Amino acid sequence: MTQPSSEVLQKLTPVLTKRWLSPDAYKIDVYQRLDGYAALRKALDVHPDDLIQLVKDSGLRGRGGAGFPTGLKWGFIPQGDGKPHYLVINADEGEPGTCKDLPLMTYDPHSLIEGAIIASYAIRANQAFIYIRGEAVHAARRLRAAVDEAYRKGFLGRNIMGSGFDLDLVVHSGAGAYICGEETALLDSLEGFRGQPRLRPPFPAIAGLYASPTVVNNVGTIASVPYIVLGGADWWKSMGTEKSSGPMIYSLSGRIANPGQYECGLGITLRELIELAGGMKPGHQLKFWTPGGSSTPLLTAEHIDTPMDFEGVAAAGSLLGTTAMQIFSDQDCPVYATWRWLEFYHHESCGKCTPCREGNYWMTRTYRRILSGEGTYQDLDTLMDTADNIFGRSFCGLGDGAATPVMSTLNYFRQDYLDYIEGRTAPRLSSKALVGAH
Amino acid sequence: MTDTNIDFSEAAAPLVEKLLAPALEIIARYPAGRERSALLPLLHLVQTQEGHVSPSGVAFCADVLGINKAQVGAVATFYTMYKRRPTGDYLVSVCTNTLCNMMGGQRVYDELSEHLGVGHDETTADGKITFEHAECLAACDYAPVVTVNYDFAIDEATPESAIALVEKLRNGERPAPSRGARLGSLKEMQHQLAGFSDERDGALADGPAGTPTLRGVTLAQQHGVAVANFNPDTPIAKTKPAREGGNTGNEVKK
Repeated sequence: MTQPSSEVLQKLTPVLTKRWLSPDAYKIDVYQRLDGYAALRKALDVHPDDLIQLVKDSGLRGRGGAGFPTGLKWGFIPQGDGKPHYLVINADEGEPGTCKDLPLMTYDPHSLIEGAIIASYAIRANQAFIYIRGEAVHAARRLRAAVDEAYRKGFLGRNIMGSGFDLDLVVHSGAGAYICGEETALLDSLEGFRGQPRLRPPFPAIAGLYASPTVVNNVGTIASVPYIVLGGADWWKSMGTEKSSGPMIYSLSGRIANPGQYECGLGITLRELIELAGGMKPGHQLKFWTPGGSSTPLLTAEHIDTPMDFEGVAAAGSLLGTTAMQIFSDQDCPVYATWRWLEFYHHESCGKCTPCREGNYWMTRTYRRILSGEGTYQDLDTLMDTADNIFGRSFCGLGDGAATPVMSTLNYFRQDYLDYIEGRTAPRLSSKALVGAH
Repeated sequence: MTDTNIDFSEAAAPLVEKLLAPALEIIARYPAGRERSALLPLLHLVQTQEGHVSPSGVAFCADVLGINKAQVGAVATFYTMYKRRPTGDYLVSVCTNTLCNMMGGQRVYDELSEHLGVGHDETTADGKITFEHAECLAACDYAPVVTVNYDFAIDEATPESAIALVEKLRNGERPAPSRGARLGSLKEMQHQLAGFSDERDGALADGPAGTPTLRGVTLAQQHGVAVANFNPDTPIAKTKPAREGGNTGNEVKK
């Protein structure tokens, strides 16, 4: 294990993770002693439009993957339209590799609640929902208790802190469907239906929950808001890069000495993050990695100096996604890894769009054949063709997410596929797995 | 919705006495006219009694929401956490998604499966344990992970630690999980999933966060790294008064 240099250590930006060091910060009294609910008091003292402008000025972009400017999204909500407005927080964390929202809700739930109240005030919503992943039971336990506390203290409910502003907040548990992390599928699920994505437009800002104007934001986005309200837009922009401002929680996992959550300014590189994480695990050489979960095209050792911000990763041919970096070494097989991700996408495809539903079924079987030592050269063409027919041909990003590891591994690691086909790599799956293969 | 004058079908009848009151409480959380939003929590609720979504459970949800059984069934079959067959006291899930898989999760799954003598989505003959492989459980920095009733039970699991855990569960112990509250039964967990607080003493407290969760922030603390120039009193530019006559929100009558 190596020690990080002081230059790299200075890239750490403990903002959203800072209270995690206080074991009792989930309790409202402790939270309040640590600057908690000070931002709410400050926010309720200004006009909602000025808050939207503040968030626009901060350059905050969505932390859920797409990186859409948050202030702009809030500004899309039509005001004075006479319709109810809703804030829906996407806490359906499930993108493989991502583990930043669950600890945030577990160890600092009030920061999310405070952000939710401020955001609701800004967009003029009187009802907000936190749609939390069903499996996230401990985070939900803490969050529900925190919501109860916030009601008792008068931060939720009627006439919040004497402002005349009313807000109800409901914590709604999902039931085990990855697709519900997609915002329109989430809305359908919250309305009590199967979680299937909607065709856009109309966008949720116009016709979201119950066909009313709705902002859907990720946990990290909303939890950032109180800090921006307190510290100001200029302070926020002192972290990150010009176009990707602020701190970001990077989830590092896999073949590194110290996996974990590292909050740094946007734009840090994988080389620097690995240094913070104590280097690679002894005996392992970096081979491939996901920049932002398994739905983002894989990158390789040659991309180790790519700035991890929205622009930098896009320039390298991938996506920043959820900054979930799963790090694999020369001892890991990219063909096997891709197969396992595909089984996941196949299972989680909601079935609405034919390319995603059928294509993933087909690709998992082709992979099983290759990994069983029965693959042919033609299988590689079939895979590329199938992935190409899924990509961009489904309502939501799940199909794209499934196609990207296939295309990126075929691009970077074709030799690993050929090694199975030509018998240089021992089969990883038994021929039992071939049942049902074409 | 306060109308309790619901005409329950014969199929739903066994659940009405125990579940009607909490069901109405759940429905009341959602805006008037949007009762169907309560369907997911209601399906969790019926699992508190039966451990799975039975035809009675489907009928109960349909009757209480005034929708038909096909509409409920379509939703119940879509989501993984609604079980279609009776389950054991404990649901043991091993993550076998790529990262956990390659860090040893597949070996944990295979050996535990052999030890229990059941495969994915199957229950042991003694009715204690339902076993499954799970997709990414959002704890990759602790890989491979095993959950029991969705609470993180073992971090950096090995086949040995997983087998030891299930043996404790089968012996009637309720071991402390690696993170989270002490384990209850799967049916008890469904009560929380339906949106009710965990009222058990000490359910919320579980000590500090795990080492991987705190790695970055601990490094920063050890080396005195903080973000400079944070002033919580930084003024917000005001272009208009905070309140223009009363409530700033669009009034929503509940």
